[in-house]
Amino acid sequence: MKTNKSAKLTRAWDLYILLIPALILLIVFSYGPLYGLLIAFKDYSVTRGIWGSKWVGLKHILRFVESYNFFNLLRNTLTLSLYSLLAGFPIPIILALLINKLNFRKYKSFVQTASYAPHFISTVVLVGMLRIFFFPGTGLVNHVMTFFGGPDFDFFGSADAFKHLYVLSDVWKTMGWGSIIYIAALSGIDPSLYESARCDGANKFHMLIHIDIPSIVPTIVTLLILNVGSLMNVGYEKAFLMQTPLNTEASEIISTYVYKVGLQDAQYSFSTAVNVFNSAVNCLLLVAVNRFAKKVGETSLW
Amino acid sequence: MAGKKSEDISFDVVNVTVVSLLILMILYPLYWVLIASISEPNAVNSGNVLVWPVGFSLSGYQKLAATPSIWRAYRNTVVFAVVGTALNLFVTICGGYALSRPQLPFRGLIMKFLIFTMFFNGGLIPTYLLVKNLNLLNTMWAVLLPTTLSVYNMTVARAFFQSSVPDGIIEAANIDGCGNIRTFFSIVLPVSPAIVSVLVLFHVVFRWNEFFAAMIYITKPEGFPLQLVLREVLVSSQAAAQNLAGSGGDSKAIMEIQRQAQLIKYAAIVISTIPMMVIYPFMQKYFVKGIMVGALKG
Repeated sequence: MKTNKSAKLTRAWDLYILLIPALILLIVFSYGPLYGLLIAFKDYSVTRGIWGSKWVGLKHILRFVESYNFFNLLRNTLTLSLYSLLAGFPIPIILALLINKLNFRKYKSFVQTASYAPHFISTVVLVGMLRIFFFPGTGLVNHVMTFFGGPDFDFFGSADAFKHLYVLSDVWKTMGWGSIIYIAALSGIDPSLYESARCDGANKFHMLIHIDIPSIVPTIVTLLILNVGSLMNVGYEKAFLMQTPLNTEASEIISTYVYKVGLQDAQYSFSTAVNVFNSAVNCLLLVAVNRFAKKVGETSLW
Repeated sequence: MAGKKSEDISFDVVNVTVVSLLILMILYPLYWVLIASISEPNAVNSGNVLVWPVGFSLSGYQKLAATPSIWRAYRNTVVFAVVGTALNLFVTICGGYALSRPQLPFRGLIMKFLIFTMFFNGGLIPTYLLVKNLNLLNTMWAVLLPTTLSVYNMTVARAFFQSSVPDGIIEAANIDGCGNIRTFFSIVLPVSPAIVSVLVLFHVVFRWNEFFAAMIYITKPEGFPLQLVLREVLVSSQAAAQNLAGSGGDSKAIMEIQRQAQLIKYAAIVISTIPMMVIYPFMQKYFVKGIMVGALKG
């Protein structure tokens, strides 16, 4: 024990040679942009640089909060993220519970492999496929709908359909991949629990409810906290690719707005301020949810 | 195990049915694109292709093969994936090992600085301005360097070295007078193929499918990766067709253009997605392990 401790105390500076590439990238590409966040509180001008530009305090953030589309952006962002959470969070859990109870090993491993497939297609391809399947006149979904006497519907031209397309295609893409972590947790259950349950006369359904589900609750809570903490982080890629002139009313979210005013209109300071606002809300959510989880149960992130 | 309960049998029947339906839902769209890509476009558009290809035709692939921009983009993506993965692997695996050793001075402090960036980052504009000021625009480094250090992947590597490499072999090497760097490259790395495979897979997939960074940083068509060209083919060509319709070309020409566009789409999805679909089943046992190691520590 004692020798172990003294070995730990021998400092090994040569390990830094291995760490240097990571540290350089960390300073330049992670902390560099963090320093650049200052422009959210300045009127950034390219010639003056980040430090030389004039301080304006909260001007840009206030301008965003007071702008006419603020509530629309906030509502669209929260609609997508809450809907994604409600639909996307439970399904991988259910899938994992069901896969875990499959008896035939070969079928089980086929199911697992197959369920990961959509994770490996790109967002561009996913949106391309959505456009093909839901295209009015020629899309498969429209053929099915008209076959059953429904209307030929232009999904990408509808603001109401946007959120369903967005969230349900996301569920399709991520459910298999998301189930991995729960399947891993389920495989750690002590087999003697099942045996004694069987002796007590429990059937498979009872075991699912009384053994499987309780054993993954800590995993569920941890992932739930992390998910709520990134509620405002709706990525721009997919929403941006799915936007059409007819659905922007529902598809314009904070991140796509940041891209548009920032890079297309070159309003660097304003766009950065919008991002800062977004991160601040996220941070508050994470802290609040974590505090709540601590109060209710034992699981928390810190 | 004296005879199965009837309740258990009905449970199994329901379970297998539900799981099978879910798997069908997951696989069918992918399968459909594959059969549509080798079918007659008119049959596809009128909804007659459902289970088997109808009227075998490879004209979509021929059209695609005759498009030079696709080949150039494919080459660019392969270069991005190979160079980007090599860089990421080097940085995360070396860094992850250094961070896994308790002898590293200021280890806790450095971890804090790393974890902080997982929750707070500069975001789009400050990163863009930085890349621009470094004169990296329109080079592959603009796409690669900002995401070369993945803190998440580095913590996965760190957790792996902590849990799966016995301290004994490292200490033995140190006692034999082996420096930490030599110990890492000649003793630890050779017994860690699992973590190398996981990180290679994670990163190849990320680079192959990445789109937004390239869209922001690369404006010259000769530097476009596959996903940017795919975006034009899959997402924007409808608009191109509609523009043509608006300018009043005759309807037959418009129909023909739409037919061609449709054909190319299926083939483009297939050729861009096949490499990943072929690789991942072989790496499955590794990435499942990687996710578990990452989750235990995260």
